[in-house]
Amino acid sequence: MDTTGTFWMPEGSSTIAGDVDALFYFILWASVFFFLLIVGISVYFIIKYRKRADRPNATSQVAYNVKLEVVWTLVPIILVFIVFVWGFNTFMKLQVVPRDALEIKVTGRQWMWVFDYPNGSNSLNELVVPVNQPIKLLMSSDDVIHSFYVPQFRIKQDVVPNRYTITWFEAKRTGKFDLYCAEFCGKGHSEMLGTVRVVSSDEYASFLEGGPAGEAPSGQSLVAQGKQLYSNRQCITCHSVDGSANVGPTFRNLFGHEVTLSDGSTVTVDENYLRESILNPQAKVTQGFQPVMPTFQGLINDRQLDALVAYLKSLSEVEQVESEQVTAE
Amino acid sequence: MSTETLSTAHGENKVNYLNAAHGIKSWLLTKDHKRIAILYLWSIMLMFLFGGLLALFLRLELLGPGPDLIQAKTYNQLFTLHGAIMIFMFIIPSVPAILGNFALPIQIGAKDVAFPRLNLASWYFYIIGSGLAVYAILAGSVDTGWTFYTPYSTQTTGAVITMVFAIFILGFSSIFTGLNFIATIHKLRAPGITWYKMPLFVWGIYATGIIQVLATPVLGITLVLLILERAFGIGIFDPAMGGDPVLFQHFFWFYSHPAVYIMILPGMGIISELVSTFSHRKIFGFKPIAYSSIAIAFLSFGVWGHHMFVSGQSQYATLIFSFLTFLVAIPSGVKMFNWVSTMYKGAITFETPMLFTLSFFFTFAIGGLTGIFLGATAVDVHVTDTYFVVAHFHYVMMGGTIMAFFGGLYYWWPKIWGRMYNEAWGQASALLVFVGFNFTFFPMFIMGTQGMPRRYFLYPEKYQILQVLSTGGSWILGLGLLIMAAVLLHAIKWGKKAGKNPWGALTLEWMVDSPPAPHNFEQIPTIEFGPYDHDKVLVEPDRAGAVT
Amino acid sequence: MSNATEAAEHPSYLQHHFSDAAQQQESAKLGMWIFLLTEILLFGGLFGFYTFYRAWNPEMFYNAHEHLNVVLGTVNTLVLITSSVTVALAINAIQRGMKKRTILFLAITVGLAVSFLIIKGFEYAEHFHLGQYPGKFYSYTGIAGTDPHIFFSVYYTMTGLHGLHVLAGVIVISWVLYRTSRNHFSPEY
Ligand code: HEA
Ligand code: HEA
Ligand code: HEC
Ligand code: CUA
Ligand SMILES: [Cu+2]
Repeated sequence: MDTTGTFWMPEGSSTIAGDVDALFYFILWASVFFFLLIVGISVYFIIKYRKRADRPNATSQVAYNVKLEVVWTLVPIILVFIVFVWGFNTFMKLQVVPRDALEIKVTGRQWMWVFDYPNGSNSLNELVVPVNQPIKLLMSSDDVIHSFYVPQFRIKQDVVPNRYTITWFEAKRTGKFDLYCAEFCGKGHSEMLGTVRVVSSDEYASFLEGGPAGEAPSGQSLVAQGKQLYSNRQCITCHSVDGSANVGPTFRNLFGHEVTLSDGSTVTVDENYLRESILNPQAKVTQGFQPVMPTFQGLINDRQLDALVAYLKSLSEVEQVESEQVTAE
Repeated sequence: MSTETLSTAHGENKVNYLNAAHGIKSWLLTKDHKRIAILYLWSIMLMFLFGGLLALFLRLELLGPGPDLIQAKTYNQLFTLHGAIMIFMFIIPSVPAILGNFALPIQIGAKDVAFPRLNLASWYFYIIGSGLAVYAILAGSVDTGWTFYTPYSTQTTGAVITMVFAIFILGFSSIFTGLNFIATIHKLRAPGITWYKMPLFVWGIYATGIIQVLATPVLGITLVLLILERAFGIGIFDPAMGGDPVLFQHFFWFYSHPAVYIMILPGMGIISELVSTFSHRKIFGFKPIAYSSIAIAFLSFGVWGHHMFVSGQSQYATLIFSFLTFLVAIPSGVKMFNWVSTMYKGAITFETPMLFTLSFFFTFAIGGLTGIFLGATAVDVHVTDTYFVVAHFHYVMMGGTIMAFFGGLYYWWPKIWGRMYNEAWGQASALLVFVGFNFTFFPMFIMGTQGMPRRYFLYPEKYQILQVLSTGGSWILGLGLLIMAAVLLHAIKWGKKAGKNPWGALTLEWMVDSPPAPHNFEQIPTIEFGPYDHDKVLVEPDRAGAVT
Repeated sequence: MSNATEAAEHPSYLQHHFSDAAQQQESAKLGMWIFLLTEILLFGGLFGFYTFYRAWNPEMFYNAHEHLNVVLGTVNTLVLITSSVTVALAINAIQRGMKKRTILFLAITVGLAVSFLIIKGFEYAEHFHLGQYPGKFYSYTGIAGTDPHIFFSVYYTMTGLHGLHVLAGVIVISWVLYRTSRNHFSPEY
């Protein structure tokens, strides 16, 4: 069954979505029926049996009817039994992973998603998968409980520390799909967003070939490497380079300038401050921003850190002066 | 029909529980169940006002998708406090501690509850607990969500220990109330009030009492462990030390699912009274309604896992929890059908309490039926932890219990204060609350199925239209509640004198004066008719001068 | 017991809202049973936690339990059982109007409870000495198996809560003792 977006449900883009939606609509219509039954009869009674001058008292005092009691106990029982079996059946389809599934490791951390692919490469906040191929997600958390939720795939699974949980899906078309964290995990909970990018299998192969994302071909300058890292390590989702504030402060003219911290003190941005901000972002929080930046400890190596710092410096006008000094020495 | 002279002949110079003693001490040391009900009334309504204002503020922030008024951390504290206050300090004690305390002993012909001192103690525990909770808000606040899930709740900063301890104390209050009612109902019924001559409100409170004494201790011990975990790092819920955070969820819901029936059963009891009284007709299906309360009470202990379908619990557990969830819905349906049938060929009148009853039919049906979506495992996977769940529980709690509670407040108000409220304004408030409520919470169902997760400070722009609708609705709702508060408060001082039995109801509390005498009855009454025998007795409503 | 009811309209021990002593006594009994039920559930919850963790870590629990002191544990069990007997004897005595005897038995009960707490204190001291603290303070290395601190966390919570209950019992029984000595109770009650 194919489902396009409706009043109730977003477009169903995984193979399982049709099954879930069918059940959803079955319950919906059954509920509408019972709701109208209750409300309809109530309204009818209210109008018909309202107290009137010519009928000041109740005209019937029946207080029991075994047949009715049996009917309105049994009919709902039968109905919910159908819903139960149907629901659990579909649930098992959501649980049992097809054998040929491609396994990808998902790690939740405050407040970021990390995806590790079979060939050793990884990506942040963006899960890239081939279309028409079952994907098995093996998930765990580095800190508190998160929940992996892609509405258009109708899947959701808590991501728990110290334990693996599993879910799977098979996307039916290419495109980008919203990924939410659905279990409350603190300040950055509503910003723990990501995308699932479904691509053709060729594209997927070349994505993997790009190697562990961000390891730019050597020979490039540090600044050029840093620029690449800026986009594929997802700094770009929170930091602009054009001077506009986003979730986080802009990188333009950051280096060498003073920033005010949330406790009111000020620091001048130097290399060590950048390093700390990336590896331990909660240590010094910039005033006017939420402390929601995830730590990149363990996600970028020293060399990549050098590249990022170089790139951030290049975005600042003060940088010229500084680097001249460095060359002068 | 009735005249002013008649009304002065009633009451006025008679001693009642309100004028029997004066001074602060006579209230703070009272053992009279009716006065304790009044103490509870003011303190619980204060917490409701507080929790409600937090909600209005929270809705204001959600008007726009970005950070508009507050910080993420503040937002998280807002919904945590809103949820915790509404659940532990408002809805759980509301009906039993206010209306149950006031009406139940009179309804069964008793002079008081079995343990009046324990009853007063429960109020003091409530005050200490709520006071501690307010203190916790000042001393760093809490941002864990009302569910206190580990390991987040053991890691975050703030006054989590104080808050959890406050809820622990409130648990005692709840246990005392439940224990007291069970003993009262078993041992203090007047001769002639057999189990089947007992009003259904009493049945509802009885079933509630069972859950309160059976489930609350388990919450208590879970909270103690959480405190120890935070204070001493004992490691039971800490994954880094080999503990299991998901175990906390099991123990939390072992209490908190039954707790949702602690919330609804007393409300259902009220509805049974109201629908019969205002249809002026015998209740339809007394025994099915009575037994279904007990059935709900026991089944409620086997379904907690439906809050954890995506937590990674075993599929066998999910199978059983889902099945039992559906079973527990059946008795609620049985009640619903019996209530509606009670209106059949009645002589229905539409005073404010009845309007709230009709609202209840509408909103609780929606709330309950959406519970079926959630119980259906495959659908729950999609909608759990989204606004669909938020909509579901506001429809059952606010739209179910609280609608019934408001109806009950209006219904017993003349008995409590001896004065009528203004009917026209009362009806207007009921209407506004109904309209505002649906505007506030219906859009959330759509947001939820469209994928909007709950507890989101920022949200994607595509949900904004629905969020704005919802915020607008919350203002209508707030206005309705404001009018309701004005109507009720106005009545206490300036309302027309109420007669003994303004509604023509047949339960015992309507046979005594309004307000009742200090010990309710001069001597233990003898019972001539059952609580719903509208076929045998016809009582003319006696408003004694209340012409509104 | 109930002949008192006929004697007086509303004797001092009968609260106004009860119609007779039998009703009052039955209510009190029922109330007490319900209270005991909540206690069972309170500790039941803890036994639940114990069961889960034991099921997950059978070896560690086995190894760790060998570190509990069997002698002291047995002595304490005997102490507690004896104290139940002495309380029952005290009730029996007051029902028969023997005030001195009642006081004696109550005093023995309190004494036993206090010695229970002292013995438990020795056990704790022994564990602390070895570094078998709960949770993150745990430093003992002599137990094989994963996460032995969990065992001790549960152990301290269960015995600690129990200790608090014994302490509460000491206070309540002392109060009853005081009231008995002041003649507040009589066989009528
Ligand atoms: C007053 C409180 C109350 C009540 C009465 C209920 C009643 C029900 N609830 Fe609800 N529920 C909550 C309060 C309540 N709930 C809260 C607070 C939460 C969320 C907590 C949190 O996470 O913060 C929650 C969450 C919740 C979940 C977990 C969702 C999730 O987190 O994923 C589930 C899942 O099964 C569920 C199911 C049900 C069911 C089946 C009923 C049933 O009892 C409903 C029965 C009623 C009817 C069915 C309607 C009337 C009947 C008819 C009109 C007749 C026809 C009927 C049929 C054909 C069946 N509820
Ligand atoms: C009884 C329970 C209850 C009640 C009544 C309400 C009432 C309301 N709730 Fe609440 N809500 C919860 C229980 C309740 N809520 C819970 C448990 C949560 C989950 C928290 C969590 O995730 O941890 C939640 C979460 C929640 C959210 C989701 C937050 C999120 O996930 O991000 C929202 C959002 O709109 C919301 C809104 C509202 C609104 C607008 C009302 C309105 O109906 C409020 C209207 C009330 C008033 C405006 C007060 C008026 C009072 C008076 C005038 C006094 C009267 C006095 C006398 C008569 C004397 N609530
Ligand atoms: C989820 C959003 C997010 C991502 C992704 C993110 N940041 Fe940040 N960052 C923030 C926020 C919010 C702040 C401001 C609060 C703070 O100082 O912690 C910040 C602050 C900083 C600062 C300090 C700026 C100042 O004005 O003091 C630096 C440097 C920084 N980030 C670098 C990076 C780099 C490099 C990356 C990618 C490798 C990155 N950030 C990814 C959100 C993010
Ligand atoms: Cu991660 Cu919410
Ligand atoms: Cu539940």
